[in-house]
Amino acid sequence: MAKPAMTRKNKPKSDAAEDRDFALHSLQEAHQQSPRYAATADEMLTFYEQMLLIRRFEEKAGQLYGLGLIGGFCHLYIGQEAVAVGLQSALSEGLDSVITGYRDHGHMLAYGIDPDVIMAELTGRQAGISHGKGGSMHMFSTQHKFYGGHGIVGAQVALGGGLALAHKYREDGGLCLAYFGDGAANQGQVYETFNMASLWQLPIVFVVENNQYAMGTAVRRSSAETEFYRRGTAFRIPGMKVNGMDVLEVRGAAEVAFKHVREGNGPVLIECSTYRYRGHSMSDPAKYRTREEVQDVREHKDPIEGLKKVLIEQGRAEDDLKAIDKAIRARVAQAADFAENSPQPDRQELYTDVLVGEY
Amino acid sequence: MSIELKMPALSPTMEEGTLARWLKQEGDAIGIGDVIAEIETDKATMEFEAIDEGTLGKILVAEGAEGVKVGTVIALLATDGEDDSTTAVRAEPVEAAPAAESSVAPIEAPVKQVAKPASQAVTDPAIPAGTGFTSTPVREALRDAMAEEMRRDDRVFVMGEEVAEYQGAYKVTQGLLEEFGPKRVIDTPITEYGFAGIGTGAAMGGLRPVVEFMTFNFAMQAIDHIINSAAKTNYMSGGQMRCPVVFRGPNGAASRVGAQHSQNYGPWYAAVPGLIVIAPYDSADAKGLMKAAIRSDDPVVFLENELVYGRSFDVPDVDDYVLPIGKARIVRAGSDVTIVSYSIGVGFALDAAQQLAEQGIDAEVIDLRTLRPLDKQAILDSLAKTNRLVIAEEGWPTCSIASEVMAICMEEGFDHLDAPVLRVCDEDVPLPYAANLEKLALIDAARIVAAVRRVCYAD
Ligand SMILES: Cc1ncc(C[n+]2csc(CCOP(=O)(O)OP(=O)(O)O)c2C)c(N)n1
Ligand SMILES: [Mg+2]
Repeated sequence: MAKPAMTRKNKPKSDAAEDRDFALHSLQEAHQQSPRYAATADEMLTFYEQMLLIRRFEEKAGQLYGLGLIGGFCHLYIGQEAVAVGLQSALSEGLDSVITGYRDHGHMLAYGIDPDVIMAELTGRQAGISHGKGGSMHMFSTQHKFYGGHGIVGAQVALGGGLALAHKYREDGGLCLAYFGDGAANQGQVYETFNMASLWQLPIVFVVENNQYAMGTAVRRSSAETEFYRRGTAFRIPGMKVNGMDVLEVRGAAEVAFKHVREGNGPVLIECSTYRYRGHSMSDPAKYRTREEVQDVREHKDPIEGLKKVLIEQGRAEDDLKAIDKAIRARVAQAADFAENSPQPDRQELYTDVLVGEY
Repeated sequence: MSIELKMPALSPTMEEGTLARWLKQEGDAIGIGDVIAEIETDKATMEFEAIDEGTLGKILVAEGAEGVKVGTVIALLATDGEDDSTTAVRAEPVEAAPAAESSVAPIEAPVKQVAKPASQAVTDPAIPAGTGFTSTPVREALRDAMAEEMRRDDRVFVMGEEVAEYQGAYKVTQGLLEEFGPKRVIDTPITEYGFAGIGTGAAMGGLRPVVEFMTFNFAMQAIDHIINSAAKTNYMSGGQMRCPVVFRGPNGAASRVGAQHSQNYGPWYAAVPGLIVIAPYDSADAKGLMKAAIRSDDPVVFLENELVYGRSFDVPDVDDYVLPIGKARIVRAGSDVTIVSYSIGVGFALDAAQQLAEQGIDAEVIDLRTLRPLDKQAILDSLAKTNRLVIAEEGWPTCSIASEVMAICMEEGFDHLDAPVLRVCDEDVPLPYAANLEKLALIDAARIVAAVRRVCYAD
């Protein structure tokens, strides 16, 4: 690899200290000055539809799991919808890449990937996006530059660093958006990646989806530093703390962060404070938090209800929004139907795709 | 319109459950997110939440009903029209619901029946005649072993993800925090490499850590410490520095959890000099070998199996039940052919032996129990008796325990062989998620029966 491309931009020595402080705080300051993205009416409606699609899709997935049509682990994204929708709406389609962990249905839907093929993957059918061979935790769409869907906590962060390296190497102007959880944020490879990403000024936005829990472990029980956005400081990665329950704030933060990265300044670390309403996976007895805590977030911070309020304030008729919900429910019911009635993979699929070549 | 509320599947392995309690009564208004009932699964008590709003109609399954099959309609929910969200779901219950009151036998039952005659056939010599037995699930046998060793030796402590407050992701450490407190039952962050190193270092420093990996798939993050730090220290230090650590957790395929969560690491660790590798099948072995593992002065990799955790087997009522490491066990005596297996494979092998008996073939089943050091003599003795051998392993065939056993038979048992040794392993592919493909990929009794018939030239 050509060395000059990988070395840090030389900055004047004299004001290095000030410059460092400036870089580390400037994005957060810029975001705080006007946190909410000034969305057009159309954009706002699209955000609403996308979040609602994720919500209804996940509710349906939960039902299908209960009926035994979906097996194994199934991690729902309910409550966190604003994060994927806010961030991914700011990506350049066909250019930027996205990678995440096993809680991945929402990120795929935020991309506009056909709910039918996602649901059919959940039911393990031939028509599924991985032909039924991946399942809930392992879904990919190279067409959309969505690189998964990874079951090993933290692995996607280093892989995201690699995707960013490829963007930089090819000089294609793209960036990588790498999502991980508050629990994943404690894995060592995350920090190895931070260091290299900053050292090599890779075009990557690290996103901690801080939903307050890693399985049954509340953030304060696993993390010495619970302000995750600060964790890049030692690697000179600017951090931003964002209200992940407000899609407009998330989108606003994306505008600031993506600009910084696209201008060749290296990585940004965004912490989105969010919340998952459901258990960690379908088999989580959820004894580690009270029902009141969950209900309180649902009632006061719900990202979809929040945006609904804004839409109504702006003059949208409640009936219009009801009609949207109805259409989305119908769309999701159709996806469930498709997923239930598609055939299982052909038994020959068992042996395909193990290797690319024949030897 | 009214929506059918069905008995939900609440875990990957749940087939039926107990309807512990109705929290809403007929006629109650139900909001989204309200808890309608409490359901006991194979692992835990779970809350059954409403996903639609309406009024609770008829309750069809009474409180306290056990063995309610997943998919059984348990109540009706009246909604006010509009909502078409549930009508599209037409899945029929997996099986017709039995009358709710007639409690169905637990799923463990058939397994137990298979295991029973075997343990009668060959009594472990260490158990005095007249000893009583208690039927115990494997997960409890493991927990009991850890608890007993923790009471006996205050250097023993447990660490891992969700082992304390959550009571273990698979409930193997249930109750330990309560008895031993947070100093000895330690929740770690999700940092396998780090805490495997800390566990190894603590062992070097004189403690006796039991390090739980939530599953062994995640131990790949930590394998450097298991192999480079734990396994080699005693040798490199000329015997000065011990590393008495136990790495334990579920290993092998679970149920529909896909390629990254379904692998058998038995052959990986068994390839490493300096490690002890144990992979028990039933509760008594799990208990006796876990106690031995904790007492061992060597680093032990202790491979459990999630699908076996809930099965119950007899454990002898002996005060301090410790089994020898490195000894296989004949779990069913036979004269025509030997089936060698370990871990969950033993269950399949016993099933196969039963079927073969009906076909007039008398199979001996050997449970290896320890994969390193491997009990060669037990294999060779059985081979000398039956002259035919099949090895069944829930894992990939290439460079496996199966290939190792075959090599031993070639090198040291050749004169006793009347037929080539055959192996029955999983298909040589990453494990797929789809139900039908997963079934095709994994070993089962039918494949063992077929292989045995081949080595017996029965077809
Ligand atoms: C290396 C590794 N260790 C453990 C696990 C088991 N596991 C799966 S998800 C999870 C919790 C992760 O929590 P977090 O990173 O906060 O993400 P969230 O589930 O909240 O989205 C754990 C422990 C795993 N999949 N991989
Ligand atoms: Mg989390």
